Amino acid sequence: MTGKPVLSLDHATKRFGDTVAVEDVSLDLREGEFVALLGASGCGKSTTLRLLAGLDQVSAGRVLLRGADATRDTAAARNVALMFQSYALYPHLTVYQNIAMPLRLRRLSVLERLPGAAILRAPVGRKLDAIDAQVRRIAEMLRLDPLLARKPGQLSGGQQQRVALARALVRDPSAFLLDEPLSNLDTQLRADTRDEIRALHKTTGYPFLLVTHDQSDALSMADRVAVMIDGRIVQVGSPESVFKRPGSRAVAAFIGHNRMNMIPSGPAAAVHPMGARFDLGIRPEDLRITPDGALDAFVESAAYHGEESILSLRGPGDIVLRAVLRGAASVPDQGSRIHLSASPEAVHAFDIDGQRVEIA
Amino acid sequence: MLRRAVIDLVLVGPAALALVVFIFLPVAVVVVLSFTDYQFGATRFEWVGLGNYADLFGSRLGRNALINTLVYAAIVIPASVGLGLLVALGLHGIAHTVPRVSAVLRAVYFLPVAATLVAMAVAWQMLLHPSLGLVNQWLAGLGLPSRQWLSDRGLVLYTLAAIGVWQSVGYNMVLFLAGLAAIPPTLYDAAAVDGAEGGWSRFWVVTWPMLGPTTLFVMIVTAANAFRVFETVATMTQGGPAFASDTIVYALYREGFVYFKAGYASAITVVFFAALLLLTAIQIAVVERRVHYR
Repeated sequence: MTGKPVLSLDHATKRFGDTVAVEDVSLDLREGEFVALLGASGCGKSTTLRLLAGLDQVSAGRVLLRGADATRDTAAARNVALMFQSYALYPHLTVYQNIAMPLRLRRLSVLERLPGAAILRAPVGRKLDAIDAQVRRIAEMLRLDPLLARKPGQLSGGQQQRVALARALVRDPSAFLLDEPLSNLDTQLRADTRDEIRALHKTTGYPFLLVTHDQSDALSMADRVAVMIDGRIVQVGSPESVFKRPGSRAVAAFIGHNRMNMIPSGPAAAVHPMGARFDLGIRPEDLRITPDGALDAFVESAAYHGEESILSLRGPGDIVLRAVLRGAASVPDQGSRIHLSASPEAVHAFDIDGQRVEIA
Repeated sequence: MLRRAVIDLVLVGPAALALVVFIFLPVAVVVVLSFTDYQFGATRFEWVGLGNYADLFGSRLGRNALINTLVYAAIVIPASVGLGLLVALGLHGIAHTVPRVSAVLRAVYFLPVAATLVAMAVAWQMLLHPSLGLVNQWLAGLGLPSRQWLSDRGLVLYTLAAIGVWQSVGYNMVLFLAGLAAIPPTLYDAAAVDGAEGGWSRFWVVTWPMLGPTTLFVMIVTAANAFRVFETVATMTQGGPAFASDTIVYALYREGFVYFKAGYASAITVVFFAALLLLTAIQIAVVERRVHYR
């Protein structure tokens, strides 16, 4: 899994006027790797992607392509494939022409792109044949063959997305960047597309960078997840490590379907001895109701969600807690008093600066 | 049911009646008159069949007006559309870096559109005056021979065409600016990633095709206005010298309202009407077929 870095940001900073969109970000995208850049909207992740692609220029720092400085290279020179959130298909061109466009722009001169150029000069014809073969191969791979003559406006959202994927992958890109590829799709299509993108990554072997605000996309698809908060990358690691060992209070609060409970030091000692000195975080899923639990709480309300029930609790010192009960566990009555505990490995400790402290 | 029908009729009726009385009926009368030798004020007329049309297309004067109009349009349409696009591209390009300058220039280019053309024509007449006009004085300053802009038979039509271009560039520019603003910026990003380096490729891959509907609309509007050229001719040259700047609408005015030859003027009107109808039909056909992306 540790191939050579293909595309890297080296202490990259991007300012727009006085606002800093991306601050001192270093990120490697290695050979054959699937990285997810995860962050809330407006955190600078799309800007990071544009810096990598060459659509925006860094204000400070460098962009490296296979170890060589590519900071001043254009998007075309970096040969990065990019799939846009809006797909950005050319509306006036057919699916076939859309997919062929990157090849035409790279292989044909302005004059050779004129209609009829192939009739006048044989080499142009050979180039066009090569382009044609490549377009048809990628179209077959993405099941687009029956749609080649259509215009993007005549396609469904999912079909448009496959065209955008085909256009990005038709040439041999150095890396493939995907900007929120799933956010315009409905739930069912989303799950299918996740699998499809995973499969594409396996078959093509290109380094993939997925930019997303959706943690389940990031955790389920990527080999490594980079968490971005306020223009900085605060943690990089495997999905498991980012989820199980969040490096800071901010990451802990961001990752997880249910926001992590934060118990201030003092009362937290009821859960774990280290709670005397550090704030403790416990995911709602990890709180268990046990008769001998040391953390007392009142049940304020209970919400039934099908597979799970979410309890809103009030603990010692009026701290707000939430607990998730899985499956058929009996839900305690509203207003009742319950006792909670958590296993030591489910407890995360954070120091006064919000940094993780290992307590195992 | 009856009540609804009555209400519908009351709502539609007046406008429909006005349309019939003020548009369809006059058109029908004009078509009928074009087959007669009717003169304004005359008490009777004779049927002359296609005689008026034969006069228009057969006589030297009629053909001259038609050809002059076509030459005028052949200059004004491409020049005005091309310059309008060029100016719009330029102003759109500098709108991010120097928005104030862009806004001021936009207003300057649009001024001729907003101004009354007849008043502007008088101004042009002064500028183009053979001895006192600024244009010739500048030419003299540059060491070039002065020209008789409005009284040289070989030059007058081109002078009027230049003024026609000057007058319509601003309008086309505004339409093109709106078209440019509607192009999604991500398409330019996509083109950059796909390998469109430099302005030329970007223009042909994104800008030009995305401006397709705008360009067609601009062309049709410019064409309709070019074929209708009248004010500058009427105020500056009266079709002269020696009919060198006689155009179809000016000929219509002259035959109809100076010589009162209503029959002949009606024939010119019908030809003019048919040409504009054809232009509109082409627009609709092409718009539906080629430029619609959805």
